[in-house]
Amino acid sequence: MLPSTESQATEGQNRDRIRQIVKEHAGLGVDFEKVEFSTDLYRAGMTSYASVVLMIALENEFGVEFPDAMLSRSVFESIDSIAKAIESLQEAQS
Amino acid sequence: MRAVEATELTASEAFQQALGIAAEHAGDVDRQGRFPSEAIEALRVAGALGWGVPVEYGGPAAAIDELADATFELSRRCAATGMIFAMHQIQIASIARHLARSIWFTNYLRRVVREQRLIASATSEVGVGGDMRRSIAAIQPLPDSPGNLVQFEKKASTISYGAYADDLLTTLRCGPTADSSDQALILTHFADMESKPTGEWDTLGMRGTCSPGFVVSATCSADQIIPTPFATIAAETMVPFSHILWAHVWLGIATEAFSRAQNFVRVQARQSPGTTPPSALRLSELSARMAEFRALVKGATQEYISLADGERRPTLSTIGYAVRINNLKIAASEATVEACQSALRICGFAGYGNSGPYSVGRYLRDAHSAALMIANDRLHATNAALLLVYREGK
Repeated sequence: MLPSTESQATEGQNRDRIRQIVKEHAGLGVDFEKVEFSTDLYRAGMTSYASVVLMIALENEFGVEFPDAMLSRSVFESIDSIAKAIESLQEAQS
Repeated sequence: MRAVEATELTASEAFQQALGIAAEHAGDVDRQGRFPSEAIEALRVAGALGWGVPVEYGGPAAAIDELADATFELSRRCAATGMIFAMHQIQIASIARHLARSIWFTNYLRRVVREQRLIASATSEVGVGGDMRRSIAAIQPLPDSPGNLVQFEKKASTISYGAYADDLLTTLRCGPTADSSDQALILTHFADMESKPTGEWDTLGMRGTCSPGFVVSATCSADQIIPTPFATIAAETMVPFSHILWAHVWLGIATEAFSRAQNFVRVQARQSPGTTPPSALRLSELSARMAEFRALVKGATQEYISLADGERRPTLSTIGYAVRINNLKIAASEATVEACQSALRICGFAGYGNSGPYSVGRYLRDAHSAALMIANDRLHATNAALLLVYREGK
């Protein structure tokens, strides 16, 4: 079954919101225009301290709490992987 | 008082001989601040430098608890030898668990077993403020070279036993434009590289590890880069292996100091039969602290074994695990100093003297290095940040 256009729209919005938070909190060393949804944020210069700041900002923005199993490098590697994690938490909540 | 049970490897006659040799030369190694060459040579004879190598590469595939036991026993006799053995096994694990079928590294591990090669590491660097997860020096590709060559030059703030090792594992940025945290590990042979000490190693303790700063540079094949990002190697292997094996060095130091204090109390008790000497109470207190210390170290070792391979391996990259393994390092490094200090109080001037069966001076001096190797303040700062998101017990 194809995903509905509505959920596609939500996914896109989520990614744009996440991108904005990444811009404000990830402290990237590169030109932010070059950061795509799939860009490896750690390779782009996000320190582990900045990733913690980013996690807190994301929890505030989306009203979620990341469980321990999600507090790992692979989850916060890119805007795409963050979006997937947030979507799974939002699904679990609803 | 053992950290874990003796294994077939550590019970072997050759390893037992190495323990005796380590004990015999420990005082001289410390006084002269020299490399424990006799003990390391005896470990080579026992084949111990290849113990961590997996069976498929010709080694006996000793598990981390077996390596920890060997580290503990060596450190009771000579902490510098124990630390050198531990660091070498940390490098072996960092290669073996992340070589991703690389032919170069497969052959290399076979050579380690056959030739008993000793591996040092250059993970520190002048200018990064003690942060192992950042590098300044980078891998520079040599595009027009035959055979895919790369080169690097690094100013390492410390390389333990750098003047005595066969090979060197170095952290570097992946390329000239890579971010400071985008790192790789490269293995080079001292025989094929330039290395110059930049200072001397005349320290309070751990004098036999001979760990001055070095400037190292090499040109080598790109095949000598471990084909896994250093971020993964650090989280899954180098950091937990370091903290667990180092903790066994410190437990070994504390255990020997305790044992000297216990012998001292026993002799006191024999001098006035029927009465318990006042120092016996202090010994009892210390015994309780030692039980905590052992439980801490053993628990962390067992947790790592349960996570190291298979489907739970990703847990090693979580913030929760990072907090716990940092806590092991902080707690163990403090416990070892406290244990040696208590032992000194119990033994009094017999402990304060630099010789004799109750001397604990060397143990106390060696123990003080523990809080400095990856400074506890840095780990507290890291954990303070991580605890902003990680909810313990959840």
